[in-house]
Amino acid sequence: MGSNMAEAHPVGFQWVMEAKARGARVIHIDPRFTRTSALADSHVPIRAGTDIAFLGGVINYLLQNGQEFREYVTAYTNASFVVGEEFADTEDLDGLFSGYDPETASYDRRTWRFAGGAGEDPGDGSRYKEQSEALQSGSGGPSLSNVDGIERDPTLTHPRCVFQVLKRHYARYTPEMVERVCGTPRAQFLDVCQAWTANSGRERTGALVYSVGWTQHSVAAQYIRAGAIVQLLLGNIGRPGGGVYALRGHASIQGSTDIPTLFNLLPGYLPMPSAGVHPDLAAYLDDLRAECQKGFWYHADAYFVSLLKEYFGQHATAENDYGFGLLPAINGDHGTYRTVMDMIDGKVSGYFLVGQNPAVGSAHGKLQRLGMANLDWLVVRDLTMIESATFWKDGPEVETGEIVPETCRTEVFFFPAASHVEKEGTFTQTQRMLQWREKAVEPKGDQRSELSFFYHLGRKLKDRLAASADPRDEPVQKLAWDYAVDGDEPSAEDVLRRIGGVDLATGRDLSAYTELKADGSTACGCWIYCGVHADGVNQAARRKPHDEQGPYEKEWGWTWPANRRVLYNRASADLEGRPWSERKKLVWWDAGHGEWTGDDVPDFPPTLPPDHVPEPGACGADALRGDDPFIMQADGKGWLFAPNGLVDGPLPSHYEPHESPVRNALYGQQGNPTRKVYARKDNPANPAPPEAHADVFPYVLTAARLTEHHTAGGMSRQLPYLAELQPELTVEVSPELARERGLAHLGLAHVVTSRAAVEARVVVTDRMAPLRVEDRIVHQVWMPYHWGSSGLVRGDVVNDLFGVVVDPNVFIQESKVATCDVRSGPRPRGADLLRMLADLRARAGITPATGARVATAHDIVHTEAAGPEAP
Amino acid sequence: MTNRLSGPLEDVAGDAGHRDHPARVGFFTDTSVCIGCKACEVACKEWNAVPDDGFDLLGMSMDNSGMLGANTWRHVAFIEQARPLGAQQPGLDGLPTGPSGLPATDSAVARRLQGAPRGGSELGTSPLPDDAVPVDLGMPAFAADTGSRTDLRWLMASDVCKHCTHAGCLDVCPTGALFRTEFGTVVVQQDVCNGCGYCVSACPYGVIDRRPNDGRAQKCTLCYDRLGDGLEPACAKACPTQSIQFGPLDELRERADRRLAQLHGLGVGEARLYGRDPDDGVGGDGAFFLLLDEPEVYGLPPDPHVPTRDAPAMWRGAGAAAATFLLAGVAALWGTRR
Repeated sequence: MGSNMAEAHPVGFQWVMEAKARGARVIHIDPRFTRTSALADSHVPIRAGTDIAFLGGVINYLLQNGQEFREYVTAYTNASFVVGEEFADTEDLDGLFSGYDPETASYDRRTWRFAGGAGEDPGDGSRYKEQSEALQSGSGGPSLSNVDGIERDPTLTHPRCVFQVLKRHYARYTPEMVERVCGTPRAQFLDVCQAWTANSGRERTGALVYSVGWTQHSVAAQYIRAGAIVQLLLGNIGRPGGGVYALRGHASIQGSTDIPTLFNLLPGYLPMPSAGVHPDLAAYLDDLRAECQKGFWYHADAYFVSLLKEYFGQHATAENDYGFGLLPAINGDHGTYRTVMDMIDGKVSGYFLVGQNPAVGSAHGKLQRLGMANLDWLVVRDLTMIESATFWKDGPEVETGEIVPETCRTEVFFFPAASHVEKEGTFTQTQRMLQWREKAVEPKGDQRSELSFFYHLGRKLKDRLAASADPRDEPVQKLAWDYAVDGDEPSAEDVLRRIGGVDLATGRDLSAYTELKADGSTACGCWIYCGVHADGVNQAARRKPHDEQGPYEKEWGWTWPANRRVLYNRASADLEGRPWSERKKLVWWDAGHGEWTGDDVPDFPPTLPPDHVPEPGACGADALRGDDPFIMQADGKGWLFAPNGLVDGPLPSHYEPHESPVRNALYGQQGNPTRKVYARKDNPANPAPPEAHADVFPYVLTAARLTEHHTAGGMSRQLPYLAELQPELTVEVSPELARERGLAHLGLAHVVTSRAAVEARVVVTDRMAPLRVEDRIVHQVWMPYHWGSSGLVRGDVVNDLFGVVVDPNVFIQESKVATCDVRSGPRPRGADLLRMLADLRARAGITPATGARVATAHDIVHTEAAGPEAP
Repeated sequence: MTNRLSGPLEDVAGDAGHRDHPARVGFFTDTSVCIGCKACEVACKEWNAVPDDGFDLLGMSMDNSGMLGANTWRHVAFIEQARPLGAQQPGLDGLPTGPSGLPATDSAVARRLQGAPRGGSELGTSPLPDDAVPVDLGMPAFAADTGSRTDLRWLMASDVCKHCTHAGCLDVCPTGALFRTEFGTVVVQQDVCNGCGYCVSACPYGVIDRRPNDGRAQKCTLCYDRLGDGLEPACAKACPTQSIQFGPLDELRERADRRLAQLHGLGVGEARLYGRDPDDGVGGDGAFFLLLDEPEVYGLPPDPHVPTRDAPAMWRGAGAAAATFLLAGVAALWGTRR
C-alpha cells in the first residue's frame, strides 16, 4: 500500500518476485494500476488519501471476526491496558478526541492516559505540535511512568481496555463504509482481509510494504500507525516474514534520519533541546524519559552524553554538563517549509542545498523558488546545474516577470559534487543495514565529497573564529574537529569509527550500545550505530557471500542495532520462549544454556529468562519482564493505543485530505484537526467540503515517480540513456476522464490548481480508472514529477501544483493528494497565466481562510498574517 | 549429412570452424517476471557505448524506445490489453468504468506512425509528427458510457537479437564482418563492415540495422567482450528479477520448459515459448522467450525463417529455369542449324 515498489524500488522488488515464485500472494493496493500491479496477484483500487479508512476496515474485520492472534495480542501489546475514564473517542465527539483545543488546533493529551498510571504531564500540546516533538520520541518511544500501576484486564473484556476501545473506535469502518469512502468494491476489500488473516498466525506471517504514498499526507504518521496496528493484531511484528517495511525515498534516506538532517533531532533519534524548557542537561534528560522508565530508553543519558563527548571532545566535562549549553536549542517550527516562508518574509539570509533540488522536488515549487530568490547567498552542491541553482535566470517566474534576473538579489555559489562512485562511505538502507562503498574512480576537477566539503568548511570556520571572544562562537571553537585526514580528504572510515563509539580511556572501538556510559568515559556519534566499527573492523564493509553463512547473513554489512536483522524478535517466540511454530522460528530461549539463541541476533537481554519478573523498583533494562519484547517502549509492549507521543490522536482515524472533492463520510470533522496549514496569500488551498466551490477542482491529483527518472531529475534528466526512456512530462487519465474533458492521447493538456498550471502530454490509459465514492464518480489524475527547466528533457514542475500543508507529527507535506482540474490544450504563458490563476481563485472564492478552518465544527480560522499576495 | 542451411544444428560453433569451443550460450527471457524497469536497455548502452536514440514520447504505453535498431540493442515492449492474465485480479471489477481506451490510444499512435516518413521504422529514433485534435468518427471508443472494463493486463517484454542457429544476416554478409563466435553467437565486426545493408533485409526479425550517421550495421553482440572474460552480458547482469537469464543454451531450454510447465500449472495457459524449437525456421534461437500472448503482440514475427532455408528450393527453381533456358537455347541453335 502506498508503494509502487516495482517502479520505485526495482532492485528490492526482486525479493517480492522471489517470494511470489515460492508461492507468496502479492496484493497491490493503489490508486493506479502500475508496473507493481502488473506483477501482483491482485490489484485493489483505492482513492488517494483514504488508506486509514481501508486499514480501519481491516482492523474492524479482524476484531469483529475474532481473527486477531489472541495470545500474541494479549501478551505482547497494550491491548489489556485500561484507558482512563476521562478519555472520549472520535465516536463520541464526531471526529475529535477528548482534549482538543480549537484555538491552537492541538490536543491536551492528559485525557488519553491509562488508568492507574502515574500522572506524568504530557506537556504543552501546542508546543509539542510546533516543534514536531512527536518525531523526537524517535527510537525510544514516548515516556510512560509507573507502568506497573496501570490497570490491566488480560481477558480483554473491560469496556475501557484498549482492545475494546479499538473495537468501538473502528466499529463503523465496515466493508460498506470502506466502499463508500475509498471507492474499493466490497468484495475486493473482503478478499484482502481474508488473504491477510489467512497468511498470519502461528504458521504464517504477512509483510506490509509502504513508501512515500503513505508518508506524504497530512495524516501521514497515523497511516503507518494503522498499518502497525493491523500487523500487531495479526502477530506479524518481530517475526520472520512479517513486519512493516518502510521503503525509503532514495539511497540512504534511512541514514539521513538515523543521523538526521532534521531541525529537531540529533543522531539516534535524540531530541534537539528546546529553548526555555531545557536550561540544563538534567532538565533535558528528565524530559527525555520518565523516572525509572522501563526498557533501554532509560539509558538515553549514556547515549546523549556519549554524543556530546563525540561533538566536543575534551571540552565536554561533567562540570559543564558535557557541553550541553553549546548545543543549539529550538523554539518553534524551523522545518523546511517554515524556513522557505521565512525566506520570503526576509527572515533568512543564507541557505545550503546539498543533494536537494527544492525548485523541482519540494511541494509548492513556486514558493521554494521565490524564497530562494530573496536570500543574500545560496550554496548549491550537486552533480549538475540543477534548477535550484539556475531558477533566477530560467525558472518559470522569469517568464511571468515575478523574478527578474538582473535584480534578483541572491548570490548563488555552485559547488560541483562527487558522485556516489567517486567517494567512499556507507549507505543505510530500509532494513537499517549499513553497507560500505569503495571509491571506484577519482572525482574530476573541483568535484568533492560532502565529507570533504563539510570538513573543510568546519575547519575554515574554526580558523576564522579561533580568536573570537563572542560567546556565540564558542560552540564552533569547542567543536572537536580532529578526524583523520589522508592528504586533503578526511577519512570516511575514521568518521564511521567515531560514529560507532570509542572507549576514551583505552581507545578501543565499542561493540554495542550497552557499553555506553553517562560519565563521559565513552564517545559515540550515534548510539544506534554503536558497534559498527567493533574490534577495529569496518563491520559495514563485510561481504561474505550468502551461501557461505547462515540464513540471516549476519556477515553481510551491519544492521543497527547490534547487527539485528529483525527488530523486537523476542516476539517471534511465545511466552515460554519457544518459537510460535517450527516454520516461523527465529530466536528462542535455550534453557540448557540459559540464553536466547537462534538465526538472528536476539533483540533482548541475552540471559533474561522468558518467565522473568523484575524486582520491584528496578529501572531501565532491569525492569523488563521476560515477556516484554518491545524493549525500547516504556512498557515493553507493542502500542495499539498511543496514550502519548502523537499530536493528532491515540488511534488513527480517517480524515479527508486537506484538499478533497468529498465530505468525510465517517465524521463531521473533515480533515486532520491538528494539521498545519500555513494559510497565507502565497500558499492558497483549493476549497474542500463543507466549503463552497470545491467543484472548481473536481478531480483527485496524485504524483509519483517513474523507474526511468530519479526524484527531481538532477541525476537522470542530464543523462541521455535515461532521458530517452521517458522524454516528456505526461499526465495519465482514464478514458472516461479523457471523454469528459475532451483530451486526446498524446495531445497537450494542462492541469490546474489554485497554485499553478502545469502543461503535459496526455496519456489515456485503462490503468487509470474512475471510482464510485458515495453517490458520485471520482476521477483520479496522475503525473510523474521529475521535470524542470534544465537538462536534456525539460518540462513544467509538477510540484508547483501542490500547496504546503503538513502532518503535525513529523512536518511532512501532503504531496500525494490534492484536487485539480484538467483542461485540453497548452497552458497560458506569462501574464496570461497569472491572470488565469487569479480568475480561477476568484471563481473558487479562495482567500487565505480557505482550508484554514482546521476544526470543522469550530469557526476558527488559522491564517497567518505574513506573506505577499499569490501572484 | 546435416543440413547446414536450415533446421536443427547440434554444434553451431563447430560448424563455423571453431575447435574445442565452449558450450553455446544464449538468453532465456522470461517475460512473465519482467517488471519493465528497462535496466537492460541502459546497461546495454552503458557497456557497449551505444548512443541515445532520440527523445520522443511514442505514446505506446511506457515504451519510448519503439523497436530494436542500430542504437537500441535491447528493447522493452509494453502492451496494455483489455483481457485478464491467468488468475490475476486487475481490480477493475465493480468500478464505474466505461469501455477500454485502447482503441482511442491505438488510433492516435497509428495515425502518427502512418504520417511518419519511414512508416514507423524510425520509431524511437527521430520525432514522429504530432497529431492534431482527434476527430470523433463515431468509433466505439468515443461512444458514451456503454459497457465496462473488467479486465486489464500489462505485458512487458525485453527483446534482443535472437542469435539464430541459422543467421540470415551472417549468411548474406559479403565482407565477413558478421561472424559466428566460439560461443555460438553472431557478432558484427565494425572495422570490417562496409555498410552494404544486405544483412538488414536478411534478418527475419528486423533486428540488425545500420547506424544513420556512418551506415555500418549494428546489433547485440551478446557482450562478446564480457563473455571472453567469463562475465555474463550486461543486460542479464542488470536485470533485477531474472527475467533475462544467461547461460548455456541447453540448460536454459530445460529451465524454460520447467517454467512453462509451472505457469501452465498456475493457470496461465497462454504462456508459450518462442524461439525454443530447433525445428523452427531459423533452427532455434540462441535468445529465446517465454511469452504470454501471440508473438505478433510483442512485435515478433509469428513464423520467422532464415532466407537460406529457401535456398535449396530457390536453387532448384533457378536450376530448372537455367536448364529450361539451356534446352531452349540448344533447341533454338538446333533449329537455326537446320
